[in-house]
Amino acid sequence: MSECCTPSLSAPAAIDAAVPAIRVSTELSWSDRLGMLRMRLDLGRGSYRVAPGLYRTGEPGPDSPVLVTANYRYSFDLVRASLAGLDAWLLVLDTAGINVWCAAGKDKLTTTVVADHVIRYRLADVVTHRTLVLPQLAAPGVAAHDVRAFTGFRVIYGPVRADDIPGYLAAGMKATPEMRRVHFGLWDRFVVTGVELAMIWRPATLLALAALVATSGLGAWGFSQSALLVRGSVALFSLLGGLVAGAFVMPLLLPWLPFRAFAAKGAIVGGAAGVALTAFSSGEVGLLAAASAGIALGVVSSYVAMNFTGSSPIASPSGVMVEMRRSLPWQVGLGALAVVGWISSAFVGKGW
Amino acid sequence: MSGLGYIAEAVTLELNAEACTGCRMCTYVCPHGVFAMRDGVAHMVDRGSCIECGACERNCAAGAIRVEAGVGCAAAIINGWLRGTEPDCGCDSC
Repeated sequence: MSECCTPSLSAPAAIDAAVPAIRVSTELSWSDRLGMLRMRLDLGRGSYRVAPGLYRTGEPGPDSPVLVTANYRYSFDLVRASLAGLDAWLLVLDTAGINVWCAAGKDKLTTTVVADHVIRYRLADVVTHRTLVLPQLAAPGVAAHDVRAFTGFRVIYGPVRADDIPGYLAAGMKATPEMRRVHFGLWDRFVVTGVELAMIWRPATLLALAALVATSGLGAWGFSQSALLVRGSVALFSLLGGLVAGAFVMPLLLPWLPFRAFAAKGAIVGGAAGVALTAFSSGEVGLLAAASAGIALGVVSSYVAMNFTGSSPIASPSGVMVEMRRSLPWQVGLGALAVVGWISSAFVGKGW
Repeated sequence: MSGLGYIAEAVTLELNAEACTGCRMCTYVCPHGVFAMRDGVAHMVDRGSCIECGACERNCAAGAIRVEAGVGCAAAIINGWLRGTEPDCGCDSC
């Protein structure tokens, strides 16, 4: 088993001979918290896992509740931390290290997966009751009535957020309407921008930026170092500005921007920044190059903002299709215009 | 928050109230409060907030709910177009 799949927990994991479950701490260490930060920056998200299996917090007995979660380590950590002072069983499903909601949406957390783990870890021998508490966001992949048919265990859906688990259990496994809602407030939106912005340090992005800057010095004038510096900076501002506008500013301003399509919201933020870039740089690089860079900023922002639909919990696939049909022709057309304008600006007008 | 409303006119969610057995499951699994019970039967009270995650349809034992479920992610849809497959975000972690 590779290192990624070994449970490296803050408390020493020990298998109790009497109880077929690994005991875990409900406290998060600094390294757990650092791991959460790393995940938010998309650093090694694909391999942040714990081994699937049956775990326990405290000293659960045959009557203790069974909570189910994914083997994405972040999810697992949030759940165990929520169980401080509680005696509970924690059934960790093999979801290929993917979080609960996404795994449920892409056939990694299904009825079959739940039933398989219930049987494999002999839950019927561990507890006398026949109830599994699944996270609510597992529901897109799991049919509660089918799990019951396959295993005899009744599935009930707990709260959306792990930190509501104590309240949910204390209320006799009753979730308030509030616990059942997915929110997308300012903080929620800020937190997910990290993964969006992480595209900046992907090799493909860095390579494209480097190539663009490197060719900025070339033109009808041959090669010019000052063109490289000035045109290169404008190009860099344009693309990085587009990424930041679409992946960071637009998500933060989401509810206050007009239009419902994310691509349109991104075009507004990027368009405003693009106009500013054009105004500030046309004296240095000429109007054609400046306008091309400004348009490119708006197009990149709109496209990146459109892709933010995937990071938001409010966009339906049918709505995304509607906005893609409307915006892609504009993004492609204006993007081509910006490229042609930028290249042309190296051959007409201002020399270096 | 009304400012977080998304394009609603294309939503594919349909509820056949006559088939509803009143089990309330859809009111439990929906993350956007689309359903509420009235006279012992489920009703759609905020259909426009539906994100088509498919949780309600999957957990409706009576088969009273229909929705073209999927992931509302432009990158996934573009990936699907490029590869000629169903929408697939292609990432290993979400």
